[in-house]
Order: sequence, then C-alpha cells, then structure tokens
Amino acid sequence: MENSKQEKTERHTLLLVVFWAYVLIPLGWGVFQTFRKAMALFH
Amino acid sequence: MSGFFTRERITAGHGYNRWLIPPAALAVHLCIGQAYAFSVFNEPLTRIIGVSQSAPDDWKLTTIGWIYSLAIVFLGLSAAFAGKWLEKVGPRRTMFTAACLFGGGFLLSAFGIKTHQIWLLYLGYGVLGGCGLGLGYVSPVSTLIKWFPDHRGMATGMAIMGFGGGAMIGAPLGVALMKHFQSATSVGVMEAFITMGVLYFISMVIGSLAIRIPAQDWKPQGWTPPAETKKMVTRRHVHIDQALMTPQFYLLWLILCLNVTAGIGILGQASVMIQEMFKGAITPEAAAGFVGLLSLFNMGGRFVWSSASDYLGRQNTYFLFFALGTFLYSMLPTFSGEGNIIMFIAAAAVILSMYGGGFATIPAYLADIFGTKFVGGIHGRLLTAWSTAGVLGPVLVNYIREYQISHGVAKADAYTTTLYIMACLLAVGFVCNLLMKEVHERHYMKHEDIDDPLQG
Repeated sequence: MENSKQEKTERHTLLLVVFWAYVLIPLGWGVFQTFRKAMALFH
Repeated sequence: MSGFFTRERITAGHGYNRWLIPPAALAVHLCIGQAYAFSVFNEPLTRIIGVSQSAPDDWKLTTIGWIYSLAIVFLGLSAAFAGKWLEKVGPRRTMFTAACLFGGGFLLSAFGIKTHQIWLLYLGYGVLGGCGLGLGYVSPVSTLIKWFPDHRGMATGMAIMGFGGGAMIGAPLGVALMKHFQSATSVGVMEAFITMGVLYFISMVIGSLAIRIPAQDWKPQGWTPPAETKKMVTRRHVHIDQALMTPQFYLLWLILCLNVTAGIGILGQASVMIQEMFKGAITPEAAAGFVGLLSLFNMGGRFVWSSASDYLGRQNTYFLFFALGTFLYSMLPTFSGEGNIIMFIAAAAVILSMYGGGFATIPAYLADIFGTKFVGGIHGRLLTAWSTAGVLGPVLVNYIREYQISHGVAKADAYTTTLYIMACLLAVGFVCNLLMKEVHERHYMKHEDIDDPLQG
C-alpha cells in the first residue's frame, strides 16, 4: 500500500518535470536566440 | 468521442497537482504567440514566383500585410463572440478547436502559396488562424485563474508570458525552416508553413489533453479564502452578459486599449525609430538588437508585473503603468535630443515591460471585479480592445510621422509629437483606472443563479 502510494507520487513528479521541460526547453531556446540578437546593441 | 471533451471528464480528481496546468496553458500560448513573428514571412512571400527576387506577378508587401491584420482582428472577434460557447464547453474542447483552426490555417495558407491565391492566405492564417488565436488565448488563462485563486496575477502571467515567448520561438524557427527548405525553385515558405502547422497542431493538442478544471469546491491545500475580502476584489460573480451593462467593463476596455496602443507605438517602429533618432550612432544590426531587447522586456514584464500585482493590487499596478509610462514616454524626446542612448533604451525597455504587464494583468483584474465564473468569456469580449489598438497604434505613429515629414520636420524630430501623444493616451488611461470602482450590487448573480445552464 505504502509502496504503491510512493510509486504514484514519483510518477507524478516525473510527469511534472517532463511536462515543464517540454515547454521550458523551446522557450529557453527562443529566449537565448533573442538574447544573442539583443547583444548586437551593445557591440 | 464527444464525452472526451466534457467538463465532467476533465474535472480533476482529489490530489491533482495544479502545477501541471501552467505547462498545458504554455503549450498552447507558445504556439499561438508565433503570430507576433509573422513578419519573418513577409519578404519571402513577395518572391514566391520570382524566388531570387520579386517577379511582376508576385504579391506586394501591402497585400501581404493584410494577413497579420486579419489575424489580429479575428483574434478579437472570435474571443468576443465565442465567449459564451467557451464557458459552456470548457477548456479542452476550446483548446482542441483552437489547435485545429491554428494548425489548419497554416496548412490552408500553404495551399494558397502553392496555387498562388492570396485569398486562401487571408482565409487560412487570417480568418481561421485568427479564430484559433482568440480561442487559444482566452481558454487556458481563465482555467489558470480558477486553479490559482491565491496567485491569480502570477498564474495569468505564466500563460501570457508564453504568448510573448512564442514569437521568440516562432521567428528563428520560421527562418530556420525556410533556410532548410529553400531551393532554386522555392523560397521555402510553403514547406515551412506545412511543418509549423503540423508542429503547432500537435503541441496544442497535447496542451488540450493535459488541461483540467478544478472541482467546484476545490481550493489549494492549506489556503483559506481571506475572511474579509479586499477592496476591489469580489468573491461573487457577474454574468457574462451582465458584465457588458457595467461601466467597469468599458473602463477596463479603455485601460487595455490605451496601454496596448501606446506599447505598439514603440514596438512596431522600434528599429526605424532608434536609427532615425540617433542617426549614425545606431547601425541596422544594433537596431535589430534593440527590437530583441524590447521583446525580452515585453515577455519578462508579463510575468513580473502580473505576479507583482498579487501584492500591489491590480488597480495600483495599473496606476504605476500609466504614471510611469506617461513620464517615460514624455522623456524619450529629451533623451534623444541629448543623445543619451542608454537612458533612451532603458526607458523604452521599461515601457515595453509595462505593455506586456498590461496584457498579463488584465485577466486577473477582470476576475477581481467580475468574479471567476465567466472570466474567460468576459476576457474574450475585452480582447476587442487589443484588435482596436492593433489598428490604432501603428496608424497613429505612421500617419503622424508621415504628416510631419511632409511638412518639413527633420526625420530625427518626427517622432516627438507621436511620443507626446502616446504619453497623453497613458494619462487618459490613468484617469480611467482612477474611475474604477466595485461593480454595483444589482449586477451580481444571485445565489440560485450560480449553477447557470451555461456552465454545461
């Protein structure tokens, strides 16, 4: 009983991490690209 | 299949982790935010026939400009007219419909490029895509408000930040795809449209599958609603139709419209403006960097300002936007006159952060004033202010500038009047915000009406 509850919690945590990574990785890539472009202003 | 979309099916069970909802909302907003980056296709679309350069039968830039304008107009119209429907059917069906419309709009536009029929691009990206934008924009936001009653501003900021971030993904992605697909016989736009249509459809469907709504009596663990409600924050609800009968709706409409008009005034002309105001000191590459910097502040402001509004209060946050915005706008010509580039850039960046912040804080302001029950539909109707500003902002800047140049004003000084006008618009916004009061007692729903059939 205790084990299955722990497994469920771990599965939820994994899902949470994967789902956030799914949206944050492309967003981070886009922000990085824009940041690189913005740096031209200070050269 | 229809049962798959019902509210009962997507009502979260006990112990559901609400932090799964923001990425579902972001999965949609990061896609539809591509609309801000549509301009990367403008120039290649003028070379569909000529490929290396425009042929006589190729579309003109003015013809292509209508695609984006139509998309923004239909964003507002669809969000406004589908308000009741989206409240009735719930977020999953709405987000799925948005995915079909936005992805389908890309595919239809690709067919329009293949057959060189501009009306298919107007219908595809402009009308269908615009409707997808409207539905996809509103639905996740209202769902997040219901999941985060303790941090409404932060929740709406997360999703709407995604809309700003979507352009940062859409622009380099569009450019990279066109580069990958271009050949001696194609500029690569059609292939890029097909790829993006499929990718965005899949991502938005993932968002719609993951979305959940909280149970009727759900509240965050360990959170109890404050015993005494704050001023200008209601726990009751105003019906979507009744909201239109209140002066508060129209004041908020003006607040959004004026804030967006002022922001677009800078955003749409940023590159040309900084080059002309600091002639010789700013290269085209540096000007492109300026646009990039403004985009970063626009996106960051969405999250930072709306989260701050949870502590400052919604009305105070808008007071800050309008007071600081008026001051900074009126200082821009001075900074330009002094040749103070650093202060000019800093002021423009803060203005753009408040432009984004205005977008992200408005749904939470609506929820405070009208309650959370119909906030999605009311927000949808309010977005007509965005469509209006989308036309008003560029027209104001362009026409005033043209008028001044034609009357002998130097290019470097041609923006001065426009910037002062923008400052005045923000001052009017300050007054509108000052006039905001709680909704009159007669507008609230009675307890027995709360379980409205509209809720499905």
